Amino acid sequence: MAVDEQLKIEMGRQGVFVTTLEELYNWGRRSSIWPMNFGLACCAIEMIATTMARYDLARFGAEVFRPSPRQADMMIISGTVTKKMAPQVVRLYNQMAEPRYVIAMGACAISGGPFKQGYNVLKGIDRYIPVDVHIPGCPPRPEALLEAFIALQKKIDAQPLTGEARPRHLDAEAPGEFPVPEPGEHDLEPAANTSVWTVPVVIR
Amino acid sequence: MKTVEEIKAAIEAAVPGAGVEIVQNPGPAAQHSLLLQPEHAVDVAKFLRDDAELALTFLSNVTGVDWPDKEITEKVKVTKMVTKTVDGVEQQVEETVEEPRKRVEPGYLEVVYHLYSMTKKHGPVVLRMRTKNRTDAVELPSMTPVWRSAEFQEREIFDLFGVVFTGHPDLRRILMWEGFKDHPMRRDYVEPDDYDYEPTAHDAVLAKATAHQARIAEQKGAGQ
Repeated sequence: MAVDEQLKIEMGRQGVFVTTLEELYNWGRRSSIWPMNFGLACCAIEMIATTMARYDLARFGAEVFRPSPRQADMMIISGTVTKKMAPQVVRLYNQMAEPRYVIAMGACAISGGPFKQGYNVLKGIDRYIPVDVHIPGCPPRPEALLEAFIALQKKIDAQPLTGEARPRHLDAEAPGEFPVPEPGEHDLEPAANTSVWTVPVVIR
Repeated sequence: MKTVEEIKAAIEAAVPGAGVEIVQNPGPAAQHSLLLQPEHAVDVAKFLRDDAELALTFLSNVTGVDWPDKEITEKVKVTKMVTKTVDGVEQQVEETVEEPRKRVEPGYLEVVYHLYSMTKKHGPVVLRMRTKNRTDAVELPSMTPVWRSAEFQEREIFDLFGVVFTGHPDLRRILMWEGFKDHPMRRDYVEPDDYDYEPTAHDAVLAKATAHQARIAEQKGAGQ
């Protein structure tokens, strides 16, 4: 149940603060997203720059980079995911506690980027784990990462706690663990997790 | 620094029967290289490192080259007996005809070493070694006991080209995982067919993506 915006402002003037549980819950969720201390390639340098004083990701509640997936809420896939690294990335994601979020940062993380046709590069991490926000760029500027972070916060804010569109951690049916790809004789097996990723339809 | 010819002479004086050949570089750099026989390569390497005048103590770079089997079409002159009608009479006439003939020049894997001297401040001296073929006789002697810096680069060549270095202390794949079967830098490497999503394909990638789509459509047609 949403509170009438005008009424809320009016009551605020009178010293009464009104909110809903949903709003409070989402405010709590989005205001302290701790990223994982995890860099893959050159995008990680931009990620580090984003956390430093000039861009200061801490302003949005993401000040502490946790070195353990158990304590982190968000994984920034910052760089090229090689086929050798992909199982480890999925395993780290599995080890994170819900609610958890993923930002795929840069051309490589979202599609393989300039290395897409390489024999050792995964063509986008969204083939194995669900990605919340994709950022294009090679590498994206720190402002782009901030924008992605704000987009993630807006996405969290807009999530209802009940019904079909509820977040994954409130859905008992939603998968909690994602299969880790096995290194095969010629490629990773399977080449993609079909429950997470289906071939997108290109409209021209 | 000594010229390649002088180095060759010095090697042959120090290592009898080394059988060093000079591979000419026709480019303006004229950086000719020395082709070593694998049997004598370690002795030659030790000589190059320890010789007071050369003192090639620094191995800067090791790389691999894949030379696939080459099919060569040549024209060969063949003398044949041909039946011809000359002045209304059938006769057997000897005639020389040019016939195209195909022969396959076997390919090989090549390893190239670039050597410098830190004390004498000269270089590079380029060494090459070639395997017998590209399939089963791919052993070459490792240079890691002579120059330690060869270790990881030889592992990389083993990984990506499939050259087996005998005498290497720790010959494992370095970039690809254990259990990976291919050698991706070989010319005949067949990559996994994962061209299912190529939104901005062009040129070679477009051809591969189109072939992939055709294969998928064919499989769907066969399944129905």
